[in-house]
Amino acid sequence: MFSQPDRAGFMPFAQLPSLVSRLSALGYRCLGPTRENGAIVMRELESPADLPRGLQAEQAPGHYRLTSDPHNRYFAWSNGPQAIKPLSFAPQESLWRVERDEAGSLRFAAVLPAADKQAIIGVRACDLAALALQDAHFLRAGRRDPHYARRREQLFLVAVQCAEPASTCFCASTGDGPTPTAGYDLALAELADGFVAVAGSDKGDAVLKTLSLAPATSRQIEAARQQGAAAAAAQTRRLPGRNLRDALMSRLEHPRWDEVAARCLACGNCTAVCPTCFCHAEIDEPALNGQASRHERIWDSCFGESHGHLHGFNVRPDIRSRYRQWLTHKLATWHDQFGRSGCVGCGRCIAWCPVGIDLTEETAALIEGGQP
Amino acid sequence: MNAPLSLDAGPPHAATVVARIQESPTIFTLQLRLDDAAAQAAYRFAPGQFNMLYLVGVGEVAISIMSDPEDRNGVGHTIRAVGRVTQGLAALQPGDRVGLRGPFGRGWPLQEMGGRDVVLVLGGLGCAPVVSVIHYILRRRERFGRLVIIQGVKHAEDLIWREQYDRWSKLPDTQVLVAADQGAALWPWHVGRVTALFDLASFNPERAAAMMCGPEGMMRVAAEQLLARGLPESSLYLSMERNMQCAVGRCGHCQLGGSFVCRDGPVFSWGQVKALLAHRGY
Repeated sequence: MFSQPDRAGFMPFAQLPSLVSRLSALGYRCLGPTRENGAIVMRELESPADLPRGLQAEQAPGHYRLTSDPHNRYFAWSNGPQAIKPLSFAPQESLWRVERDEAGSLRFAAVLPAADKQAIIGVRACDLAALALQDAHFLRAGRRDPHYARRREQLFLVAVQCAEPASTCFCASTGDGPTPTAGYDLALAELADGFVAVAGSDKGDAVLKTLSLAPATSRQIEAARQQGAAAAAAQTRRLPGRNLRDALMSRLEHPRWDEVAARCLACGNCTAVCPTCFCHAEIDEPALNGQASRHERIWDSCFGESHGHLHGFNVRPDIRSRYRQWLTHKLATWHDQFGRSGCVGCGRCIAWCPVGIDLTEETAALIEGGQP
Repeated sequence: MNAPLSLDAGPPHAATVVARIQESPTIFTLQLRLDDAAAQAAYRFAPGQFNMLYLVGVGEVAISIMSDPEDRNGVGHTIRAVGRVTQGLAALQPGDRVGLRGPFGRGWPLQEMGGRDVVLVLGGLGCAPVVSVIHYILRRRERFGRLVIIQGVKHAEDLIWREQYDRWSKLPDTQVLVAADQGAALWPWHVGRVTALFDLASFNPERAAAMMCGPEGMMRVAAEQLLARGLPESSLYLSMERNMQCAVGRCGHCQLGGSFVCRDGPVFSWGQVKALLAHRGY
């Protein structure tokens, strides 16, 4: 976000509500970080001054607690359980419906979502990287998913640089953070008295211009840059490389898979919080009279028994094969599909795993322990 | 192959059951015709591709296409009643309506097989993707070399279309080899493992191509047998089965390594999948 320092503005804290008001005036429903059930979630802001200050997210394997930030910053929390995935890839939605008329003929009709314009304030660099991967999957050339596309087109993304990574964060090792580099409309870096603000798109630029910000000084930009470098340096977790495809695919019978399977509950939390997981089931919701039905899609998990179900047998009958499917898809075969790993280093799967299984630790055990 | 009709990812098209044939106690064939006459006329597919059939209020299921690609009167599907949707489909009668979208995936590379000996390996019940190829070749017999059909079943009574096998075995340049793990009275073929049949198969490995479908363990053994007889790996193809829900490479269930079986398959060359087939649960 610092590639064109001469175009960066400085937004004092007092002006943050005017950014929200401006986006509202442009017709955006504004979502921002909100404290809910002990975690940061993205919810509609009731007023421009609604953004919470002074929250930090303390995270560790199987652990997430909101604590207070001694510096009373707006964005000192690293992330919450959900990225922005639910806003573009809905957890459940109708794809089409069918009705049977009196003559027995069937009438099918597509159902498309009524997508609102939504502005999201507080998008992390890892979330932007994940969104780019979801785009690659759902907006593949020649096979655009109309439901995803409709929501995606309506998003206005205000990214923020991470200054306080959690212990579970490892975006520096995947190359996806902590400073946003692409995919945002606006990006902010929070300093002691305000934000360095840059635009990343034409619509972001248009909004930024209406705020009439003073240019950011070179000292402010340098402070933000250093803050990003310090946040990267502070990360303690890492993956042992950006392309682990061959290393993992040559270890499909490694004893570590049995070892992790003994701990894994196959609950699917990791897939629910992962910002890149795209699996979904298709189900029918029939009307009670039996003459109509809605065909829906709903988030699914490769840890569920039904994911590999085939008549008469299950392709992945045990937790060992399901964990292996998840990890090797995310870190290995994702390269075949999308030209990079499917992990953006957000660490959510580590924090939200009820038994604290750590993807970086499992990967290291598989790879650095040598080939059995 | 002609460009497929664009009735794939969106809602299904309404189709009517024009014929229903009970092939065995659990296997039946539905001949479907799209209600929209223009859509039916424009519908094209390649053997080995599949459709998603939809039963109102129940759901969709991926079914391989059995009929001949030049038959414009309808589209045939041979189905085993094993799950919620297929058991519902089994109850349909001529005149009943279903939804249909497709065709999906890649079919058999039949263009590459012109003039070559063709070995077809079928395992288990039905094996529609390969049976459709047998029909396809027999209707265009002059385009292909020898035809060797190798079929394995568990029980003798599992072999459906038994008269067809009798008829095929009498055709020139055609060899039919069938084995049942457990035989029965009047079973004219081999009793024992299907692998014992490969020694009897007569084909020229240098100019042959093979297509397989059935249980993965059987296909692995069949591949070993064929490769050991000199068939080049690049001439060996198989049809894979996985859980398919969206059929357009989106829902994620059918992934096999980096491939989406619905989109990149279901027909693969042996080299594309052999490494993963060696791992149980992958």
